Order: sequence, then C-alpha cells, then structure tokens
Amino acid sequence: MSTNHAVLAHHFENLEQQRETETFGMWLFLATEVLIFGAVFTCYAVYRLRYPHDFEAASARLNILIGSINTIVLLSSSLTMALSVHAARVGRQQMLLTCLLLTIFLGGTFLGFKALEYYEDYREKLVPVLSFDPGEWTKVEGAEGPVNPQRVQLMLVFYYVMTGLHAVHMIVGMGLLVWLVAEARRGRLTPVRYMPVDIVGLYWHFVDIVWIFLLPLLYLTGTHHTSDLHF
Amino acid sequence: MSGPITPTRTYYCVFAALIALTLATVFVSFLELGPWHTTVGVLIGVVKASLVGLFFMHLLHSSKASWLAVLAGLFWFGILMALTLSDYLTRHVLAY
Amino acid sequence: MTSAITTGFIPQAKARPPRIPGENYLNVAFGVKSWLFTTDHKRIAILYLVTVTILFFLGGAAATVIRLNLMTPYGELVPADTYNKLFTAHGIIMVWFFLVPVVPTVLGNFLVPMMIGARDLAFPRINLLSWYVFTTGAVITLWALLAGGVDTGWTFYTPFSSKYARTNVLPTMIGIFISGFSSIMTGLNFIATMHTMRAPGMTWRRMPLFMWAHYAASVILVLATPVLAMALILVGVERAWGIGIFDPELGGDPVLFQHLFWFYSHPVVYIMLLPAMGIVSEIVTCFARKHIFGYVFILWSSIGIAVLGFLVWAHHMFVAGQSVYSAMIFSALSYMVAVPSAIKVFNWTATLYKGSIAFDTPMLFALGFIALFTMGGLTGLFLAALGVDMHVHDTYFIIAHFHFIMVGGAVMGYMAGLHFWWPKMTGRMYSEFLRKLAALIIFIGFILTFLPQFVLGYLGMPRRYHVYPPEFQVLNVMSSAGASILAVGYVLPLFYLFWSLYGGKPSGPNPWGATGLEWQTPSPPPTHNFDETPLVISGPYEYSTEEGALVH
Repeated sequence: MSTNHAVLAHHFENLEQQRETETFGMWLFLATEVLIFGAVFTCYAVYRLRYPHDFEAASARLNILIGSINTIVLLSSSLTMALSVHAARVGRQQMLLTCLLLTIFLGGTFLGFKALEYYEDYREKLVPVLSFDPGEWTKVEGAEGPVNPQRVQLMLVFYYVMTGLHAVHMIVGMGLLVWLVAEARRGRLTPVRYMPVDIVGLYWHFVDIVWIFLLPLLYLTGTHHTSDLHF
Repeated sequence: MSGPITPTRTYYCVFAALIALTLATVFVSFLELGPWHTTVGVLIGVVKASLVGLFFMHLLHSSKASWLAVLAGLFWFGILMALTLSDYLTRHVLAY
Repeated sequence: MTSAITTGFIPQAKARPPRIPGENYLNVAFGVKSWLFTTDHKRIAILYLVTVTILFFLGGAAATVIRLNLMTPYGELVPADTYNKLFTAHGIIMVWFFLVPVVPTVLGNFLVPMMIGARDLAFPRINLLSWYVFTTGAVITLWALLAGGVDTGWTFYTPFSSKYARTNVLPTMIGIFISGFSSIMTGLNFIATMHTMRAPGMTWRRMPLFMWAHYAASVILVLATPVLAMALILVGVERAWGIGIFDPELGGDPVLFQHLFWFYSHPVVYIMLLPAMGIVSEIVTCFARKHIFGYVFILWSSIGIAVLGFLVWAHHMFVAGQSVYSAMIFSALSYMVAVPSAIKVFNWTATLYKGSIAFDTPMLFALGFIALFTMGGLTGLFLAALGVDMHVHDTYFIIAHFHFIMVGGAVMGYMAGLHFWWPKMTGRMYSEFLRKLAALIIFIGFILTFLPQFVLGYLGMPRRYHVYPPEFQVLNVMSSAGASILAVGYVLPLFYLFWSLYGGKPSGPNPWGATGLEWQTPSPPPTHNFDETPLVISGPYEYSTEEGALVH
C-alpha cells in the first residue's frame, strides 16, 4: 500500500484515475502530432498532385534499400517497445531492461542508417543548396517529357523536411528511453508504476506509424529497378 | 492504459504481419504502376498503421476518450487535406 | 471522503462581515521561489495574469502610436517603415500573446479545476511548464520586435516573409512557434482534466457552460496550433536556406501557405471568443437570477463553433487566387458559423427575459459583449458574401469587423470575467464607483473608435497604409479620439483592481450570490480548493427569482 501511496499524485483520487488521465493526455498529444505531420503531408499532397512526374522521377532516385531496411529496423524497435510494456506490467525486471536497451539499439541503428543515407544522397547530388545539379535532371525523362529540376528540388525539400522532422522525433524518443533505462535500473518501474513505459511506448509507436507512411510517400512513389538495390 | 495484459504471442504475430506487409509494399514498387504506386503504398500503410495502433498501442482495449482523441486527430487532418485540395483540384476549372 | 455540498444557492450569513480566511493559496508560502516553482493552478493563473497584462499594454502602446499617426492624412508622426513595424507588432502581440492565452490561461487556469470540483489540473507540472514556454516565446518575440522590428504584418504572407523582408522575421517566428507549445499544453491539460477529474456527480450535463466553452476552445488549441507550427517551420526553412516551398519562381505556391496559416488563424478567433462566451453565459444567468435558457443549445453551439470554425478558413483568401468553386464552398460554410453564434445570443436574451436583472459591473461588461459581438458577427456576414468581400477586402471594414469581435467581444468578455471572479481570486472587492465608470468609458470609447472604421472601409480606405486621402480625416480623428478614451478605460481597472488588493473590503466566499462549485469555497480558496471532495447533486444554474430576492 505504501508503494501505491508514493506513486499516486496528490491531486488524483486513485491510481486508476491517474493512469486513465496519463494515457488520455498522451493520446491528445498524439492528436496534435497528427496535425503537425498532417500539415506537411497536405503540402506534399498538393505538390505531388500538381507535379506527378517530377515527383515520381525524384522518388525513383531515393535509396530504396536503406529505406526498406530502416522500416524493418523501426518495426522491430516497436516490437521490443511493446514487449517492454509487457515486461513492466508483469514485473519482469531483466526482460524490461533488455527490451528497453534493444529498443535504444534499434533506434540508434535507424538513425545511423539515416545518416549514412543522407551522406549517400549528398554524394549523388540530391541535397538542395549543398549539392544539387539541375543540369543532370534536365536529361531525365519523366512520363511526359523531361522533368523540371526545380520541381525535383521541391520534392527533395519535402523529403528532408519530413524525414528530418521524423528524425527529431526519434532523437526525443531515444532520450525518453534512456531515462526509462535509468528508472528501470533503479527498480522504479514496477507493475504498480508501469505508466512511464506505457506512455513512452505510445509515443514511440506513433513515430513508427509516421515512418510507415513516409516510406510509400517518399521512397515508393516512383518505379524502382533491381539495380537500385545498393547502399 | 490499464486494460488486460496482452500476451506476447499477439505481439509476435502482429510483428510478422507488419514485416510481410513491408516486403509486399517494397515489392510492389518494382512493378510498373505509374501513378498508382502512391495509392497502393498508402493503402498498405493504413493497414500497417492500424495494426500498430490497435495492438502495439492497445487501442483495442483503450477507453472511449482515447478513441475520441484518435478520431479527432484523424478527422481534423481530413478537414485540412480535403478542403485544401478542394481548392487545388478545382483550380483548372475556372479561375479569376 | 465526500460530503454533500450542493451547487444550490446557500444564503450568506448576514450578521458578521466577511473576513479573509486564515490560510489560502496566496499566503500559504511567500517569496519569489514559491511563485516560480509552484504547481498550484491558481498561482499559475496569477503568473499568467501578470504576464499577459504587461503584454496587453505593450500591444496597446503600439496601437496608440498607430492611431496618433492616423490623426493626419500625411502620416507625419512616424515614417512608413516604422508604421509597418508598429502594426505588425500590435497584431503579433495582441493575437498570440494576449487574446489567445488571456481567458484560458488566467480565468481558465484558475477556474477549470474549481468548477468541476478537482484539486488541480490533470498535469500540474505541464501547466507550470506552459507558463515558462509562453514567457520564453514572448521574450524572444518582444526582443525581435523591439530590436529592429518586423514589417510583414502578423500574417507572414509569403513570398514577402520568406524572400524579400529584411527585418527580424525569423526570430519573431521562432518566438511564436515556441509560445504555440504553451497553447497546446494548456488545451491538452483542460481537455484531460474535464474528461477524467470531475467530482462525483459532476456529469457532463452538469458542467457549467464556462467549462464547455473551454472544452471547445481547447479542442481548437490542440488541433489548430500544430498546423501553424508547421507553416512557420516551412517558411523558416524557405527563408533560412532560400529553397522555395511557397516560392512561385521555384514551383511553389504562396496560396498554400495561406491555407495552412488560416487553418490555424481562423479557428484561433474562436479560441479567443469561445471562453469569453462562456464567461457571458455564467454572468447573464447570475445577474438575471434565472436558470440559463437553453443550456443544451448553448453547450452544443460551443462544440458546433469549434467544428464549423475549421471549415471556413479560406474566406480570408477570396482575392488570393484560389479556385472559384472552392471560394463558393467556403463562402457557404462561412454563413453556417453564424447559426451557433446566433443561438448563443438568442439564448442569452431569453435568459434576460423576465429576469430580475442587477446591473453590476460584470453584467455591464457582459451586456456590452452581447451588443458589440452581435454587431461584429452581423458584419461578418457581409464578408462571407463573395461579392461584398471583393469590395471591402483589406479595407478598414475588415479592421472594424474583427475589432468588434476581438475587442468588443473577447476583451469585453475577459473584463467581465475578471471583474466577476476577482473577488474569488483575491478575496477582496474593488471600488464600486470606478468600476462602473470604467465599464461606461470602455463602451463609449470602443464605439467611437471602431464605428467610424466601418464607414472608412466601405468608402475604400485600405488597411496597413500610413497615409490616406484628406477627405477621410474627420472619421480618422473620431477614431483616434475614441482610442484615447478607450485607453483611459483600460488603465482605470489596472488602478482600482491593484488598489483593491490593499484597500478593498473582504468580499466573502460568494459576493454575487452565484451558484457553481467555485463559490462554495472561501475567497481566496485554500491550496487544495475544497476541504472535502464535493458531491454534486444538481445542475450549475439553480437560480430562482425568490432566492434572488434574498440577496437584494
């Protein structure tokens, strides 16, 4: 009973109310996030519909191999996150710690691949401002004649804004996970006080969902060929 | 949330489905579909996102309030998308 | 744990004059630290009150210079670029740092937990964080506005803001971006609190209309603010790296920015207005000593405004080059927002009918709200009409219209609420003569300031110019004269409310004889609001004229 007492904040009547409030608060925050990403998705949709062939041509040049591997890495991290919540609720401390560390490792792997991909994009002259060669694109044939380099650049700007914003969310999530590991090591995440894992989990899964949509919108919009499968 | 504890087997099954769908969506991108790539990709994405939401995020056992937050977020995103596109998709019809 | 405190009216003991309770949230701890690290929603409300009051007078100072400059047709007081920076500063401060936060963060913070019988908001630390985030954003923006200024107007239209403006656009946008998160935190906190922290017996249908108004406004805060944040990020990216997202030369579309911007900035007027409407609903029923007429209708009209308010944004862009079909859809939808607004006005009027009305200061402000909001709302219908909007777009007609809604509506409502709940917040009553004088001065000053602007706009005087044809001078001088009267009206409450802290008579727990849970605790309330969790057994407006007779 004393543990219950320490976990319950002064302004709640009972733990049930506190848990419900915390979960609902996180879901409300995620609704906000839907609109943050929704705004940039809307902009993307407008230009995607306006310049379909230029966007498809640009999409075909993005690194589909790294994009796909990263999707699988991120989905795996969601699995380990879900298992962390399970471990916290049933009180398996060792499993909890392992799963949290695995989630951090997989998140780090994702960001590592992402950095590698950005570097490859830079070398392939796909980064507006830093390295972008408009002349190269005038030779590329879209479905209806040569593509417009400026519109290709527009697509690439969205690629960096969307993946960049996603990466920022990942970094925040990694920070929260590190905090959870510290809490778990001190034995402060118990079947009574498992809510921090649950709440961070919701956030982590949401970031995963964003990526689930970024993959088809950015990487899979154009037609790829097996020769694209390289690092 | 404080609903029932999901057995780990459910998580593994959902994960397998997610990986299968990912491989499917990547496979489709090698076919010559032209403008349909985005449509197919987003539809598969909706299925994957629903799996993550319902099972990993426990929406299946969440309170009505949580569902309300999810639906509100999606509904308002729909407003933003639909009414913005109502402008762009009718631009060519008549302009002033 | 619970005791049967009802929301019904309990007559005050007449024998003893009221005293300030021994321990309350104000004297429970002293020192700067006890305020800066507090998580008590009531203390945070006071922090916000101080902050937004300072910002209000800064925004007002910019307006004063604008009106002084417009006394003469040739703009002799300030040069054109300074004038541009002044109206930008006025707009930015008033919209984002006064009107949006003021009612939710001051009165909402104070009253949301008390009105539903909770001990605090759902997330007290996030509530404190929101104040720090807000203040940080305000400081950055103020610095940018004072050290160089911004000349884009508060709307940041591209490509001027992203490409051509050579002023402090980026730091200003960063400040607004940051303060947006405080809006989201506040809205999120309110919604979560109302969903999960209501006292036993406080069903949804027993929630005061002030709560429902805050619920609706919070929905907008949570769902619109992120879109503004994204729009600002995109403009910032475009400005910082020169890559066109909204630049027509590079394949972008500037109208797309306007879509994102108004998706936030139209609903934002309902963030300002809905809480003020909630205040009026509380005050009208209290001072008419009658149960509110059409509780359910007012409740659903709040929700209706929150939803419909999101469907009308492109009526700000009728001349911006959107498609005609889209403009027709938005015009038709804009008319629909008038329906829930009118429902509210009709229900307030019906509440007054055959009530025993007391014209005390909060009621004077509330009646002022109803009158001015009605005028502002009806002129809004002119602007929803495509053809009329072509004529008056970007003229002083628009300025007059939205100032009737913002100043005549939102600020008037805030003044009503501040006067109504001041005794609850401080435990003291303010000067009876001055408070009625201030209400009168504000009303007269307001009408004189903004009524001539309707005429000016209809005659074709454009907004945002620092010179105008000489034939418009008479109306402009009237407007400037009104503004100076208005200024006096706003400074007066500052003095007598401040004075009341030291010299005001203790008000007792319920000076207006109002129902509602917040009046059932001492004034000022103890830190935990209620000694015991209240048990609610009736609706929020159990007034009857017989009980009213006990008071007067």
